[in-house]
Amino acid sequence: MLRTRATFCRRALTRSYATPTSPHALVFLEHREGVLDSGSLSALTAAEQLGGEVSALIVGSSEHVQGVVEKAKKLKGVTSILHSTSPQYAHPLPETLSPLFEKLLSSSTYTHVVSATSSSAKSLLPRVSARLDAPTLSDVTSLEHDSASNSTTFTRPIYAGNAISTVKASASVPIKFFTVRGTAFEPAGEGANSAEARAVDPIEVENPQTVHIKTTIATSDRPDLGIASRVVSGGRALKNADTFASTLYPLADVLGAAVGASRAAVDAGYADNSLQVGQTGKVVAPELYMALGISGAIQHLAGMKDSKLIVAINKDPDAPIFQVADVGLVADLFEVVPELVEKLKK
Amino acid sequence: MRPSASRLLNILVPVKRAVDYAVKIRVNPQQTGIDTNVKHSMNPFDEIAVEEAVRLRERLKASVTSIRAITIGPAKSADTLRTALAMGADSAIHIEIPESAPSPEPLAVAKTLRAVIERHNAKAAKEEDKVDLVILGKQSIDDDLGVTGQMLAGLLGWSQATFASKLEVDVEKKEVFVVREIDGGGEELRCRLPLVVTTDLRLNEPRYASLPNIMKAKKKPIEKLTPADLGVDYTPMFETLKVAEPPKRVGGGKVANVDELVAKLREAGI
Repeated sequence: MLRTRATFCRRALTRSYATPTSPHALVFLEHREGVLDSGSLSALTAAEQLGGEVSALIVGSSEHVQGVVEKAKKLKGVTSILHSTSPQYAHPLPETLSPLFEKLLSSSTYTHVVSATSSSAKSLLPRVSARLDAPTLSDVTSLEHDSASNSTTFTRPIYAGNAISTVKASASVPIKFFTVRGTAFEPAGEGANSAEARAVDPIEVENPQTVHIKTTIATSDRPDLGIASRVVSGGRALKNADTFASTLYPLADVLGAAVGASRAAVDAGYADNSLQVGQTGKVVAPELYMALGISGAIQHLAGMKDSKLIVAINKDPDAPIFQVADVGLVADLFEVVPELVEKLKK
Repeated sequence: MRPSASRLLNILVPVKRAVDYAVKIRVNPQQTGIDTNVKHSMNPFDEIAVEEAVRLRERLKASVTSIRAITIGPAKSADTLRTALAMGADSAIHIEIPESAPSPEPLAVAKTLRAVIERHNAKAAKEEDKVDLVILGKQSIDDDLGVTGQMLAGLLGWSQATFASKLEVDVEKKEVFVVREIDGGGEELRCRLPLVVTTDLRLNEPRYASLPNIMKAKKKPIEKLTPADLGVDYTPMFETLKVAEPPKRVGGGKVANVDELVAKLREAGI
């Protein structure tokens, strides 16, 4: 029975923690087509803050893994690298990746499992942790580990970031799984490092219950919304998809900014869901965030209120966005934005 | 005409009573939590889950044999179940916990749901009566953890499809075509039943229950259970040390025209 096996796993893991141990974090280093995800680099920084060893896990198809491993060897904070290659790992499906994670974690002395708060890691980590009878904490914004007591204290936002919760996981949680908020940890850069890499046999799933059909990524020459230092974001006032593009893109171009959208704009079809900024979309903290025709609902603020400079343009003087904006202009954005583009070009 | 034996769907929809999305929450003076003496309603993502189950029945008709809602919470949570019943669920299960008890952690919730499903499926007279589809919200807007669905799928060893924006169930083939919202765009999957789905914003727009349906809901059955009945331990694994307000963002700066705006941007190094 599942219950019995989970209890067995928990006891087996607890036995190895009878004495205080130095932390050993397993970091899920994600990549897309051979390019390392910035969120994973933030996860690496968080793992380093725990103190102790940091093993990076890289999985994928034979086409990309070796290239990613070479890049990972130079990353600051990585003490060792594990990699596993399989056609089944070409797309990060939780059902096919979980067995590998479970095997690695059951047979070694990892104290923490860390990842970005990416859609793939968020889908995978809790599945793995539950099977090992452990919790997963999401969207961590800071952490502190105490080796003597083998306990880790985390902060994370709750209620759409309107409160910050500080929680402690003691030694009774033998492996602490958590995902980190990318904007809260500097992405790890290159170090004078050269970590050792070790291949791990994949665990192929026979007749997988879930099959990947297609991935559609909204491609753009613009900077990626998640990591851009400038963001120009549009709301429902932008009328339709064409107007959204024709109004915002010139401004984004002149500023070298990424484009974002409010939930209302995405729901109405003006922009792709990948551009949504908010409590349940992307959380960004750029140098400059421009909110155009966005009213400033609590759920939207949750995704951008840590931005350095917030500029808002809205026809409604009572729009809540003005309460958080450093610079607010009450005006018709269709008149003002073209003028702004012209003047910025000078 | 009754659909053939092995091609029926039994849907379980876990729902949560949470602080209403429009409430301006306040941290209590002791910094132990937030003031919960405010309006509560069904977690918006769970409303989407209930709606999707009801739409599946509208599409697949008699193939959807049952839609059961389930919640874990104090007595007041029964209101949330009545809402689900008014939207179209057939029956509900209330796992009741004391008013003073802390909200159970996601792993405990997942274990509870697993216990309910296993209990039900063990008693099922036929294969076709087993619960084979669980639809729940991708996250609850109070703790914003977003892990329960994945944990349940892991405990059960079922397929999982998180952040679903479209579902197409082929009951004959026991397969579900799912479109998911992921970072950067979308993903299409085919999942074999049994399956756990977590809902994203654009899966559907939930209906408002009509008054006749609200009245009918009062007569629909709600089974009451306790965590002890299911053998699940709700002892928290995390200790909450503090709940605090985030650093305050002071805004309100205004400019009168584009020239002043440009000046401010230049000042900031843009």
